[in-house]
Amino acid sequence: MTVYAILAALASFWMAKQSYSWFPPEAAAEAKLQDDLFSLFTGLGTFIYLGVIGPFLYSLVFHRASKYDMSDGPPIEGNTWLEIVWTAVPLVLVLTLSFVSYRTYEKMAVRGPMELVHLHMPEMMQSAYAKPFDSTPQQDIQNAMETAPIEQIDVTAKQWAWIFHYPKQDITSTELHLPVDRRVRFTLRSEDVLHGFYIPAFRLKQDIVPNREIDFELTPVKTGTYRLRDSMFSGTYFAANQADVVVQPVNEYQQWLADAASQSPTPAFNQAAFEYSQANDREGATKDKVAVRGWDTIPPAPPPVVNYAPKHEPDIAVLNHS
Amino acid sequence: MTNISIDAPEVVRGQPYPGAPDNWKRFFTFSTDHKVIGIQYIVTSFVFFLIGGLLSMVMRGELITPEADLVDRTVYNALFTMHGSIMLFMWTFPVLVGLGNYLVPLMIGARDMAFPRLNAVSFWMIPVVGILMLASFLVPGGASQSGWWAYPPVSLQNPTGHLINGQVLWILAVAISGVSSIMGAVNFVTTIFRMRAPGMTWFKTPAFVWAVLGAQLIQLYGLPALTGGAVMLLLDITIGTSFFAPERGGNPILYQHFFWFYSHPAVYVMILPAFGMFSEILPVHARKPLFGYRVIAASSILITVVSGVVWVHHMFASATPAWMRILFMVTSMLVAIPSGIKVFGWVATIWGGKIRFTTPMLFALGGISNWLFAGITGIFLASVPIDIHVNNTYFVVGHFHYVLYGAIVMGIYAGIYHWFPKMTGRMYYEGLGKLHFALTYLGTALTFLPMHPAGLMGMPRRVASYDLEFAYWNVLASLGGFLLGLSTLPFILNMVSSWIRGDKVGNNPWRAYGLEWLTSSPPTVENFEETPIVVSRPYGYGSNEPLVGNVPNPGLTEFPESFTQKTTS
Repeated sequence: MTVYAILAALASFWMAKQSYSWFPPEAAAEAKLQDDLFSLFTGLGTFIYLGVIGPFLYSLVFHRASKYDMSDGPPIEGNTWLEIVWTAVPLVLVLTLSFVSYRTYEKMAVRGPMELVHLHMPEMMQSAYAKPFDSTPQQDIQNAMETAPIEQIDVTAKQWAWIFHYPKQDITSTELHLPVDRRVRFTLRSEDVLHGFYIPAFRLKQDIVPNREIDFELTPVKTGTYRLRDSMFSGTYFAANQADVVVQPVNEYQQWLADAASQSPTPAFNQAAFEYSQANDREGATKDKVAVRGWDTIPPAPPPVVNYAPKHEPDIAVLNHS
Repeated sequence: MTNISIDAPEVVRGQPYPGAPDNWKRFFTFSTDHKVIGIQYIVTSFVFFLIGGLLSMVMRGELITPEADLVDRTVYNALFTMHGSIMLFMWTFPVLVGLGNYLVPLMIGARDMAFPRLNAVSFWMIPVVGILMLASFLVPGGASQSGWWAYPPVSLQNPTGHLINGQVLWILAVAISGVSSIMGAVNFVTTIFRMRAPGMTWFKTPAFVWAVLGAQLIQLYGLPALTGGAVMLLLDITIGTSFFAPERGGNPILYQHFFWFYSHPAVYVMILPAFGMFSEILPVHARKPLFGYRVIAASSILITVVSGVVWVHHMFASATPAWMRILFMVTSMLVAIPSGIKVFGWVATIWGGKIRFTTPMLFALGGISNWLFAGITGIFLASVPIDIHVNNTYFVVGHFHYVLYGAIVMGIYAGIYHWFPKMTGRMYYEGLGKLHFALTYLGTALTFLPMHPAGLMGMPRRVASYDLEFAYWNVLASLGGFLLGLSTLPFILNMVSSWIRGDKVGNNPWRAYGLEWLTSSPPTVENFEETPIVVSRPYGYGSNEPLVGNVPNPGLTEFPESFTQKTTS
């Protein structure tokens, strides 16, 4: 019994360590917090799983009726002490996990200051980026939030494209560029249906609701190119509604902004618009490559006209094949 | 509790008119016998299980490559919408209602359900729902493409412009299914409260009956919300009201509250009867009393209560205020307590038992092990920070298929095998049953485990195409999906051939404790020759107490001849 418990604990510890490798890179400060929490859940979850499945399998192997044994097992109907323990232990466990999750959520502070100010919940103000503001008066917190260097980016989602607008420079792009180690505040808008702003490498997601502006904050911490995906089902070309996210050093980011500002707006490649035009054009033959043809769809919005579009077409393979 | 009996001696009770057919043709009549209705539910829903399964195999065919090349995107969207809708509204709910219909009156010693005609009406609405669902593939614009959630505004978009379209047919189907379920719930709750045999106090009532009661109480409080939301959606689509349409000032989030207020507890409507079946099957095939029977019974009702306050965990990313996220995180996690009590009780039940690996036992054990895994990933999903990353990804798809296929469908199979001799008077073929179990268990793991890593890597659900990085896990899941499709073949073969020419068995081939095993197999029209008077608790293995006071308990102390031959040869 003790040996099994020790082995289960070791296995759980190993799984908790392993769990970090199941994710994309930790490209935002919030991702680190979430992965730690996930690792804790994985460790405890593995321990519970092994703790239950061990005795379960043990009975299956060793408590089988022998071939000619027609008798009954011992008539044990319950054990009050055991039942109290196995109710109390999970109760303590889930309350602990709730509390730890709450602390993590608090530190992430992803929903931006708007909600916090409206709800008068200064304790929610700590963020993954800033040092904890514990016991700081609310006015100071607001001042700090207002003076901190925060990049503001407006995000528009529609059927089916992502458009990123940088208000200070007044430029638009279909590729999201972000400075590393800076808090970024997005204002999320949708022109038609629900969309989901989801960057797996950041572990962050926020639904975008039509007629509402939703503030959303995060801090990228690792340079590289990541994927932004629509996470809330948004209709026919939902799966193709993706964009690249480029996290770069601050000077390169500034350079990119300057370059983009010097370009005049042109239509960007758009997967949904491309597929739609192919499907409705007998010359382009992608539709013939689909085994089963479908029904009418809401026409995609025309390809967005932006200052900056990625140099490479997002789905070059599809283009080559058609 | 007194047994309500209806005096109508000139009519054979349970049949709508004298001389109604008593062969296979009775399954095609408007019978009011709960046993006929139960089998009607089970067989009809199984047909739709196969249809829903075929849809999913086309989906897995599409997802075996990253590109959207097998079916057009609109077709794919219709496929996952109808797969989910058919599997829930045409398979899982009806088949469990069917098992409950068959078993509850027998288990509580009643002659029928409280309202037999209402019961028949509830059933006959189910084929109507199925026809509406399938017909939607034939209307212009095709079947609904907005997912089984039917979230507005996507569900309000109608590119064809026709008034009769897939979405409208879908709402009608869901509304009729809801009405059928509410009628069924009234019937179940009344039957369980009012028609238990004399002497059957609450704590002498079988755990399955407790579980069905818990599930049906959820139907009563939850379904009106869903049905109300569906009607408002229908009005938005057809006459242009603006409950949910943002361009007319409506709030699409409001729909999500209506929808999830029912649709999360709906999971418990489905899993509670499966839990109940595990609780019935383990004692019989481990030959021990159900450990902690009282708390297992009471935990069903606790799940019913707690499940009423968990729905917002589906909306953590839907611009939900922080206080609501935190509150619903705690309540969602609390569901782990009654669920855990059950799992611990089951493990303690088999501990030290005389376990026999019969097919129903294998399915019950497999279902419990899958539920253990699914329950733990459920706690992950209740945590707000983790949910922010994984909701709407394949992690969720993997989790709920582990619940639905891994635990609930396994439980259904366990129940069908366990009570097959009672329903038909014949035994199924054990070898085919074990093959069925092996294919199902492997298929479940191969299909739904790979969905978890794909989700953690960031693959959204409901996508017809995906990035190359997800290909590996999707190929595995697709192969598993085809294996699951294959796994149903031995089941069909077994059921059909055993029903026609399986070995005849006695009334109680498992030597089980329970009122349903005291009557003949299959039971007579009115279930019991004489209303049983219950004198002891269920699951009296090892104690040799008689279960009822007035009827001899044949076969409770010895295995019937047929069963000993089966297990020893």
